[in-house]
Amino acid sequence: MRTIALVKRVCIQMVRDKRTLALMMVAPLVILTLLHFLISSDPNTPRLGVNGAEESLIDELKEKELKVIPFDQLKSPNQLIKEEDLDGVLKMEGDQLNLTLTNDDPSKAKLLQTKVMQAISTVNAKEQATNLAQFAEDIGQQLPNTPINLIQLTMPEISTSYVYGNSETTFFDQLSPILVGFFVFFFVFLISGIGLLRERTTGTLDRLMATPIQRKDIVFGYLIGYGLFAIIQTIIVVFYATKVLDIMLVGSLWNVILINLALALVALLLGILLSAFANSEFQMMQFIPIAIVPQVFFAGILPFEGMPEWMQIVAKFMPMYYGGNALVDVMYKGFGINDIKNELFVLLGFALVFIVLNIVALKKYRKI
Amino acid sequence: MTSTIELIQVSKSFGKKNVLNNINIKVDAGQIFGLIGPSGSGKTTLVKLIVGMDQPSSGQVQVLNTQVPNLKLLQSIGYMAQADALYNDLTGQENLAFFASLYKLRKDVQQERIAYAANLVALTSHLSKKVQNYSGGMKRRLSLAIALIHDPQILILDEPTVGIDPELRKSIWAEIVRLKSEGKTILITTHVMDEAEKCDQLAMVRGGEIISNGSPAALKSHYNINSLEEVFLRAGGEKDENNRIS
Ligand SMILES: Nc1ncnc2c1ncn2[C@@H]1O[C@H](COP(=O)(O)OP(=O)(O)O)[C@@H](O)[C@H]1O
Ligand SMILES: [Mg+2]
Repeated sequence: MRTIALVKRVCIQMVRDKRTLALMMVAPLVILTLLHFLISSDPNTPRLGVNGAEESLIDELKEKELKVIPFDQLKSPNQLIKEEDLDGVLKMEGDQLNLTLTNDDPSKAKLLQTKVMQAISTVNAKEQATNLAQFAEDIGQQLPNTPINLIQLTMPEISTSYVYGNSETTFFDQLSPILVGFFVFFFVFLISGIGLLRERTTGTLDRLMATPIQRKDIVFGYLIGYGLFAIIQTIIVVFYATKVLDIMLVGSLWNVILINLALALVALLLGILLSAFANSEFQMMQFIPIAIVPQVFFAGILPFEGMPEWMQIVAKFMPMYYGGNALVDVMYKGFGINDIKNELFVLLGFALVFIVLNIVALKKYRKI
Repeated sequence: MTSTIELIQVSKSFGKKNVLNNINIKVDAGQIFGLIGPSGSGKTTLVKLIVGMDQPSSGQVQVLNTQVPNLKLLQSIGYMAQADALYNDLTGQENLAFFASLYKLRKDVQQERIAYAANLVALTSHLSKKVQNYSGGMKRRLSLAIALIHDPQILILDEPTVGIDPELRKSIWAEIVRLKSEGKTILITTHVMDEAEKCDQLAMVRGGEIISNGSPAALKSHYNINSLEEVFLRAGGEKDENNRIS
């Protein structure tokens, strides 16, 4: 009953506060959209300058989706790269092939290098095959009565299949489940934390303690009030990410929403808990680099197995570690509810602990 | 007469700072009890101990024969804080309704009480305005209305008339006297002497101690002076002398 009064009040305040509402509902969408186009946009074709290479190699390079620009004059590769805005220069000097890479974008340089290598080995293989055929023919002419049974060398066809994702998968597909979860976590944390903080700084929290409201009524009032908005936000973000941005979603949409709701719950409770240790909005902001940003690193963006052991232990205390993993499992790997239920339980465990801590933290205001 | 509020040897310190020192107060039912003292003397601290928003470092606080703090007790106490604690982004009506529902008033009673309390503090025509557009005096009045919203047995008002114009102050005092006639107990802090005159009992606070208490008439006759202001100065002076002797 008192909880409902609080929920109603939080809702009215929230609906009146258009800016905060927009921050919660629209900001995650804007950031996700930006990242989506930044990360998954096709890298523009690498530009490779070629000097003195054979026609067959140039053809093969063109096959590899490279922009091949032949140069006749013998300028130094460095100069050529600067003048023509190239990503690399391939130069034939006698039998020696020299590849100069710009390497201003290492991932692009790696890609270019791999493609050049592939092209060269393809050309070599073809040459060898022709040589071999020629050889067989020569032998056949010289020994007309001997049946020649040279095993025809064929290039082995490699067909690639993927356990998760497909050949079209981009970094964004793997990253986006984590980002969706993180933005829900971040904005719910910020808004609920500042909500209760305002109640503290304006003295109304103190004033509430002169009414028969119980500490747990306050915690649950905030939980449900901001929780309603967190649910709306979660649904908007998840639907936008999967339906509009078309982020890869292999598993069930409902599981995605479930995980995000669990994350929002934890964020909400963490927000109102940490607001107890802040005296101003700015101090609340100071918790972001300490309590929120590190969560991203443990959410699955960086490989967990590669972390030092103590870092792996730290990760176990991060709600985003469980949320991020569960989201990647469902959205990218297509796991079902059974595979993520442990993560969900851990998140609920976090929520439970935070509820108790919140009720205890309010003792600062009234002992009973 | 039964005592409604009783403080027994109450002391309060914040860290090393001693704010209240061995306070003994007894407020009888149906009285207007005034706590008078300069700012910083510890009135607000004392009042918060009575409401149960803070706990004494030593000593006992009892309200209606119940140990404070107690949640049920808060249902019978109407509290007006010295600093207005209102929701600025809500309207006056919404503020009143929110606090009313914390006291679990029935919907129809709630409407009635909101109308009554708003009318009393002359805010009826401003109820649909957001509190952030209220003047300082209007906020004080809304705080008073909130204190009255659940028709409490005990009213604790911390400097209720600060920033309120003389006419409205008069009508508020008339209401306080009327509430008293209904048998309510009212504890009021003030630093205005002419308000002290209207109290049945007075306790003069200075430096966290009660330097003198009794009815205004008794205090005046004790010191043989006509103005409470001088009583206050005299009592304070005596206390200083006592301190010097001891
Ligand atoms: N929470 C607190 N922490 C430390 N000192 C306090 C606190 N609350 C009040 N005080 C101190 O107690 C003294 C009495 O304050 P207060 O009760 O507000 O006086 P009054 O209401 O009579 O003006 C003041 O010196 C004030 O600084
Ligand atoms: Mg005061």
